[in-house]
Amino acid sequence: MERYMNAPLTDEDAKSLHSGDYVYITGTIYTARDAAHLRMCEALDRNETLPLELAHNIIYYMGPSPAREGRPIGSAGPTTASRMDKYTPRLLDLGLKGMIGKGKRSDAVREAIVRNGAVYFAAVGGAGALLSKSIIASEVVAYDDLGTEAIRRLEVENFPVIVVIDAEGNNLYETAVREFGTI
Amino acid sequence: MKTIHVAELTQNIREMCIEANHCLTSDMDCALKNAVSAEKSLLGKQILNQLQDNLRIAGDDMIPICQDTGMAVIFLEIGQDVHFEGGNLEEAVNEGVRQGYADGFLRKSVVKDPLIRENTRDNTPAVIHYEMTSGESVKITVAPKGFGSENMSRVFMLKPADGMEGVKNAILTAVKDAGPNACPPMVVGVGIGGTFEKCAIMAKKALTRPVDERSAIPYVREMEEELLDRINRTGIGPGGLGGTTTALAVNINTYPTHIAGLPVAVNICCHVNRHAVRII
Repeated sequence: MERYMNAPLTDEDAKSLHSGDYVYITGTIYTARDAAHLRMCEALDRNETLPLELAHNIIYYMGPSPAREGRPIGSAGPTTASRMDKYTPRLLDLGLKGMIGKGKRSDAVREAIVRNGAVYFAAVGGAGALLSKSIIASEVVAYDDLGTEAIRRLEVENFPVIVVIDAEGNNLYETAVREFGTI
Repeated sequence: MKTIHVAELTQNIREMCIEANHCLTSDMDCALKNAVSAEKSLLGKQILNQLQDNLRIAGDDMIPICQDTGMAVIFLEIGQDVHFEGGNLEEAVNEGVRQGYADGFLRKSVVKDPLIRENTRDNTPAVIHYEMTSGESVKITVAPKGFGSENMSRVFMLKPADGMEGVKNAILTAVKDAGPNACPPMVVGVGIGGTFEKCAIMAKKALTRPVDERSAIPYVREMEEELLDRINRTGIGPGGLGGTTTALAVNINTYPTHIAGLPVAVNICCHVNRHAVRII
């Protein structure tokens, strides 16, 4: 099913999504990759506040290429989500509602998605030029020294994603491969 | 004897880094275009169409095809009658990478130390493979490699008794394990034989062979064709979201090996299988 949705996500929106839905997201999302996740978890260990509010927000696993003059961002496609699996259940338990990446997630992440009524979306990997066209503004909000791995606040308009793991724990990577596999 | 100033190498590598990150070679372009009509899944077709749009935007607006503009892997095939002047060869190559990644607005993705992980901020150093050939020219291949697919690559030290079936199973295992992580449709580079490191370099080099060119060795050619068919029947599909286009090609290179061994390396590349080739 094709859906249009605003970010941040409400609890009802997140729960209404199903594995396989094609979703266009409009609103505010945040980027974070490996290095930013490590820093956020270290900050939590020290009882510090995070540079972004997790509740209802979506994190996009993405580190862009540099923007040319006059453009908000460079190439901006998803990175492999499983590298964030170690940190993700903790962030979901603190209110994170959605993630955009590509590739498989661990069982612990899937369980945390179900436990928290969250959702894991895939954007098309390797389509960074196309995806950059749906990003209308980008601003570094933390960890500037990490360069491409800094946390950025993005304003997106009809950013195209596909629901892979929904709040019930259905996983498109497993069901779709079974549908088309003939060996 | 031909004398080449290393600045010529720097200039070419600078341009090739930018070129490879914005345009695919014509064989890759063609294979991706043909995949759209062959794909059986509707969502798969939609994703393949998005990849077509992505390539068009990348070329027209000079936005890198993928934000992971890779670690620069460079093959230098140097004729033995070539003399370099004007400086150190390796420094000249790295200077070309430095300039290309800065001037081309490419992402700097290299860390100085694998464990301390401080970004070098200019995407150097490159990984350089030197090969001596006859003649007096230098063939430069610049192949920026993204790590979504690099991380899913494998080396298997098989036993001779594992034979042909063992090799095929190893390749299929690597592809199935890679699944959606490697941004399919993939290109699968394989090295069979040699030693531990030789098969890995062969697998990497195999990715630079045109996807529409099969091995000249009849049994290897058959393996390439059979494996492509079996990989496309795994159901993984474009983006790993199901479909019949999981790989565009399986390119296999072979080399003599030891009586006790059967090394197999599988270097997986995403659909952004980038390389630029020039001869100077």
